[in-house]
Amino acid sequence: MSTLAVTRPRAPLAAFGNMVLNEARLAWRQPAGVIAGAGVAVLLVVIFGEIPAFRAPSASLGGYSAFDIYIPILMSFSIAVIAFTYLPGPLVSYRELGILRRLSTTPVPAYWLLAAQIVVQTCLMVVTLALVVTVSIVFFGISAPKDPAAMVLSIALTMAALFAIGLTIAAVARTSGAARGLMAAALYPMMFFSGLYYPVQLMPAFIQDISKYTPLGAAVPAIGDSWVGQFPPAQPLLVLAAYALVFGFLAKRFFRWE
Amino acid sequence: MQVGVALGGEPAGPIASGSQAEATSEAAVEISHLRKTYGPLVAVDDVSFAVTEGEIFGILGPNGAGKTTTVECAIGLRSPDSGSIRLMGVDPQVDRAQIHEITGVQLQSGAFPAKLRVGEIIDMYRSFYLHPADVSELAGALGLADKRKSYYRSLSGGQQQRLSVVLALIGAPRIAVLDEMTTGLDPQARRDVWDLIEHLRDRGTTVVLVTHFMEEAERLCDRIALIDSGRIVALDTPAGLAARASGTKTVRFHPSVTFDERVLTRLPEVTAVAHDGHNVVVTGSGELATAVIVAMHTAGIETHDVRIDTSTLEDAFVRLTGRHPHEAGDEPQV
Repeated sequence: MSTLAVTRPRAPLAAFGNMVLNEARLAWRQPAGVIAGAGVAVLLVVIFGEIPAFRAPSASLGGYSAFDIYIPILMSFSIAVIAFTYLPGPLVSYRELGILRRLSTTPVPAYWLLAAQIVVQTCLMVVTLALVVTVSIVFFGISAPKDPAAMVLSIALTMAALFAIGLTIAAVARTSGAARGLMAAALYPMMFFSGLYYPVQLMPAFIQDISKYTPLGAAVPAIGDSWVGQFPPAQPLLVLAAYALVFGFLAKRFFRWE
Repeated sequence: MQVGVALGGEPAGPIASGSQAEATSEAAVEISHLRKTYGPLVAVDDVSFAVTEGEIFGILGPNGAGKTTTVECAIGLRSPDSGSIRLMGVDPQVDRAQIHEITGVQLQSGAFPAKLRVGEIIDMYRSFYLHPADVSELAGALGLADKRKSYYRSLSGGQQQRLSVVLALIGAPRIAVLDEMTTGLDPQARRDVWDLIEHLRDRGTTVVLVTHFMEEAERLCDRIALIDSGRIVALDTPAGLAARASGTKTVRFHPSVTFDERVLTRLPEVTAVAHDGHNVVVTGSGELATAVIVAMHTAGIETHDVRIDTSTLEDAFVRLTGRHPHEAGDEPQV
């Protein structure tokens, strides 16, 4: 028997590239999430932008127009929809199909598949957000974000929080059906507190207080403040970071590969 | 399922060093006193065997006998409660990365995303390995060459199964571990897979084959471990196992004339001679048929309608496990 050297083989990095490529193909071939996340957000920007009443500044909205208010809401909405459509469902079905288990018999660690998914979704989110921002500026005369660094930070924290929640759903859901159920149960209240259905500023004070501590309720003012040039207060950023950390920990703690 | 590397300790230690001294050379797979329980259920109980490099080693047994658990421990998917495992001298609990590079695994249940194409899955798996096999050769041998552009979901069950064999062999493994590799294949595809496995063995690959399919075990395996209720009940060549089933063979023929039975009873191979109508039924062992026919010919008596009954691997299976192999695994195991 020839002895095996002590050199420890490592999976080639090209393997990760191939995994990202295949995850991108799957997203492209099952475009429900792309349409729901990217398509709907851009479409709503265009529709709201075309409604004159939405463009008029309103005293009850602090001098901003409804359109102004909706841009960060739609941005956080698209992050949530993309994260929740592609992360828990497919991941749980990969586990159901034995794909994660099969992977762990190869030199490639199974978590690479998870990382590949996050890479693909992050790209999709970045493209969607860029579209929303560009369309708002170019076609509807909104001024460019005044504090891009704060905006990137707010968006990154929002993504981290939503990925962490998505992974936790993937960790605790035993079937992809259950994952979809949990996802909907999490997404719709989140969207309510983000102001997607009705501006939070016009809701009762106690709902506004609750909203501040929900992921999208924190994401919207953080992104909005960055846009108009104020560095967001610590509160929403800390809330987002806390979601990312707590749910990141839960996901790691409860995730099963088979 | 990240399991700790904490094992390696008390129970495995002395066993490992002891057996290593015995079988340092030539063993591609070496399993000593493997034990694995799931709660109160003892899945594998004190299983030991060694597979020589370049051998096709079969693991045969009824459902729930512990076959799959044994191989899953061997490839590092599960951590044993006690016992030692070495693949090419490497402990899967200690150096999993090395194990994954030298082994190719086909699991019983395993699917792929419906909307990936065969070629995309193959290319991705190929890129996982430092020294992959020749894909076109493998895919060609298993009849998937013209399926590269097909979506996984459009493949038939047999094609999915063949893809899973291709992926198990795509890393040019030194040890291929195949769990029920021909389940769901039609007879022709089954033979194609067998040819491929023999071809691989001829090139030096060690093959560990979990099967409940007698014809497959008989045709391919150099040796077979028959497992029942977590223990090895017999370990031998297919022919050796079959002979163990009864140890006796029967020759029956129609003699041209009546003759003195002592012509046969004095033969060392013969244990009994009986009559069944016009036929003579001789039981015995060893090269019974040759001995009987030569003796009759020497005595100048013709033998007509000679029929030889030998016990088969299937007889061995039934006798040693008390179960019939077809009840063991013909239902799909998903």
